[in-house]
Amino acid sequence: MFEIKRSPWVLHYDGSSCNGCDIEVLACLTPVYDAERFGIVNTGDPMQADILLITGGINSQNAPVVKQLYDQMPRPKVVCAIGVCACTGGIFKDCYNILGGADTVIPVDIYVPGCAARPQAIIDGIVKAVDLFEKRLEKHKEWVRIHGEVHDDPVDENEVREVGTEETKTTTKTETAKTEKAKSETKPKSNKKGKKSRRKK
Amino acid sequence: MKKRSIVPYGPQHPVLPEPIHLDLVIEDEKIVEAIPSVGFIHRGLENLVQKRDFNQMAYVAERVCGICSFGHGFGYCEAIEDIMDIEVPDRAKYLRTIWFELSRMHSHFLWLGLLADGFGFENLFYQCWRIREKILDVLELTTGGRVIFSVNKVGGVMKDITPEMAGAILDMLASVKKELKAIAPTFTEDYAVKSRLVGVGVLTKQQAHDLGCAGPFARASGIATDMRKLGYAAYGDIDFDVITSNDGDSYARCYVRIREIFQSISIIEQAIEKLPEGELAAAVKGNPKGESFIRIEQPRGEAIYYVSANGSPHLDRMRVRTPTFANLAGLCETLKGADYADVGLLILTIDPCISCTER
Repeated sequence: MFEIKRSPWVLHYDGSSCNGCDIEVLACLTPVYDAERFGIVNTGDPMQADILLITGGINSQNAPVVKQLYDQMPRPKVVCAIGVCACTGGIFKDCYNILGGADTVIPVDIYVPGCAARPQAIIDGIVKAVDLFEKRLEKHKEWVRIHGEVHDDPVDENEVREVGTEETKTTTKTETAKTEKAKSETKPKSNKKGKKSRRKK
Repeated sequence: MKKRSIVPYGPQHPVLPEPIHLDLVIEDEKIVEAIPSVGFIHRGLENLVQKRDFNQMAYVAERVCGICSFGHGFGYCEAIEDIMDIEVPDRAKYLRTIWFELSRMHSHFLWLGLLADGFGFENLFYQCWRIREKILDVLELTTGGRVIFSVNKVGGVMKDITPEMAGAILDMLASVKKELKAIAPTFTEDYAVKSRLVGVGVLTKQQAHDLGCAGPFARASGIATDMRKLGYAAYGDIDFDVITSNDGDSYARCYVRIREIFQSISIIEQAIEKLPEGELAAAVKGNPKGESFIRIEQPRGEAIYYVSANGSPHLDRMRVRTPTFANLAGLCETLKGADYADVGLLILTIDPCISCTER
């Protein structure tokens, strides 16, 4: 019916990066690299976005902003951390005001390393995010078919997340990213049980 | 009295990739007051001087901001060289000048593109960014990086520009000049564009002076301030004029920046012509002791680097004062009385770099 994977809308937010990755994200959307050939449109509205591109680490002031943006995005959604600061904290990891990478507050699916991340790497990340998005969309549709459309808490986040784990394993190469993934793999299962039992009641 | 309401603007908003937050007090679509709040990108990188030694800090300083990264690395290295009395080789000075002007060009093209996007001219935005990629290609050829270059080190530079590379730079300059000449009339003469820019956000010379504005923002209000005239690096040997305009509106700011791109092209051409032979870097012995205060002209205006060292590899203090911080006061002044629809455009006209400001 609809080929949403051919027109994913991306939302870009600058966590606390140095701006380098941000202008590279914008450069991706401009004629030379032209991520728009995948149907990608850069939007300023989180409520219409499918993929969140986040650059830079998380500090205490922007943590609630990032969380809010993530929550406002409709499901299914994919998060792509652009640049080494968003992956782990990068060169600013030791700064007193940096809590860590983007995965300290929101679940991250795709990690794109680099300081600054090159447009080619970013496009690679976006393409992987689109694939992942498609898989999640199918899972989401199935869930909606069984349970019906629920607006406030439609899908158990972790149930959908499991689809992505294989995909993300291939994309992450650094040791740190792998450990982060391991954490996110273990956490969901416990949550999932809790949620399911709650639903039965 | 009319009813006043407060509209929050940002931190996530469509005109700029960076988060800036303003509380806009509005009265019937007119801005009465704008209250900025900062700290969304504060990392605290100045504090890293305690954990990194003074040579490593050059890389950290470069990451103050990704757009003016070359300038930050340069300013920091100048400050350390000033403390340690290092005589930088002439060739390194010229190479620094060339890279500095290339990064100014790419920064101004980036701004022109964002401005075009700000007033809804998508095509022009893409044109500007397409031309900008040519400059980035040359930067990548000569330094190895697209936005973060890491060619500055204390004592000089790490990479050389060979005659072939110089030829590539000159070719690029010629084609950029031609293309900019083709698109510049759209910014300066197009009726629709002028209707969004002329007379919008006027800042008088007196106001700009009182609020301590810097860079193209101040130059557009008629203040001839340009730190390059201090003659650091190779700017002392190069012939250029300070570009000013007396209008003080958004149009003047756009006009000044377009002319500055042409000026940068001329500076790079002169520098390549005069490029002397010699070493790339001077030897650095020992640790710095003392303090230094350096002023340089970033693409966005005057930036100040203060470094205090105690004779150990770790510095006591590094402090950066960036142009956007100086210009925020001017921005709040121009926003008063502006239409709500012009807010995005006015924020853009100071060319804000929040990463620099909050570090």
